[in-house]
Amino acid sequence: MLIVTALSVVVTRSLFAIVTLSGVFSLLSALLFVRMHAVDVAFTEAAVGAGISTVLMLGTLALTSRSERSDKKPQIAPLFLVVLTGALLIYGTLDMPDFGAPDTPAQTHVGPDYIERIPKEIDVPNAVTAILASYRGYDTLGETAVVFTAGIGVLLLMSGLARRRKEDEEDEGGSS
Amino acid sequence: MAEFLTSDFVLGRLNYWFFIFLMMIGLYIVIAKSNLMKKIVGLNIFQTSVFMLYISIGKVSGGTAPIFPMDMKVDPTVTYSNPLPHVLILTAIVVGVATTSLGLALMVRIRENFYTIEEHEIAEQEQEIMLSELGLKKEEDV
Repeated sequence: MLIVTALSVVVTRSLFAIVTLSGVFSLLSALLFVRMHAVDVAFTEAAVGAGISTVLMLGTLALTSRSERSDKKPQIAPLFLVVLTGALLIYGTLDMPDFGAPDTPAQTHVGPDYIERIPKEIDVPNAVTAILASYRGYDTLGETAVVFTAGIGVLLLMSGLARRRKEDEEDEGGSS
Repeated sequence: MAEFLTSDFVLGRLNYWFFIFLMMIGLYIVIAKSNLMKKIVGLNIFQTSVFMLYISIGKVSGGTAPIFPMDMKVDPTVTYSNPLPHVLILTAIVVGVATTSLGLALMVRIRENFYTIEEHEIAEQEQEIMLSELGLKKEEDV
């Protein structure tokens, strides 16, 4: 279903439909996260990916245009590049451990250590919360910095939007 | 070579291949489509498939979500999935929204200046502007 959604993004022309499809894609991936025992990630993806992103995109659509103009005919070069990259990545997975195997490097060093220590050191039942807020608190600090920077950027880019629009209208009124 | 053809080998890696396929759809949208909105949606698809790849690495079959009982008495026979990828991806999702919003804001400004969000039309307009500037310079020289 995820693949069908992603492919329909490729062929659809209406930008409104594309934004809705991207929300659907996020919700489906949240379901997949629940299946893979990542409930916290699923919450965030459903709220942020399907919620906030879609709202932001719809807002942008309101300020810009509604549908995609006619494309040039599809070229062969991007497709070739994409297939090549995919083939290389798949070649890379040949060395990867089996899906869900408990004896992989990822499962034998840091993960069990966290699970052992959290009940003793931090009295929080949710391991993800404990790591996020305590062991890897610096990540969240960096994340806050990124979001802050992005906020400043958006504000700078959008500031004076209404004012410029008004001036434009006055100019047009004056010239005609 | 024989080990590459067993069904266990293929089944164990099918999840990676599935996510790589999704990733490549996203990449194709970003490269081949000229509409900026579509590019941003493609970027989001790419990003979400990377998240799924990470989470799938953290999964342990027969395990459960890494949430302990309320009394904090952990049953040693229960296996938990690896919580570390979850934490990293939580951070990455929020950062992803920050970049998306920045891209959307840029798009609004581009639309304001060029009255279009199609990449090839923007390129045409820029070429015209450049040509006209060159033309002006030539006239000054004469």
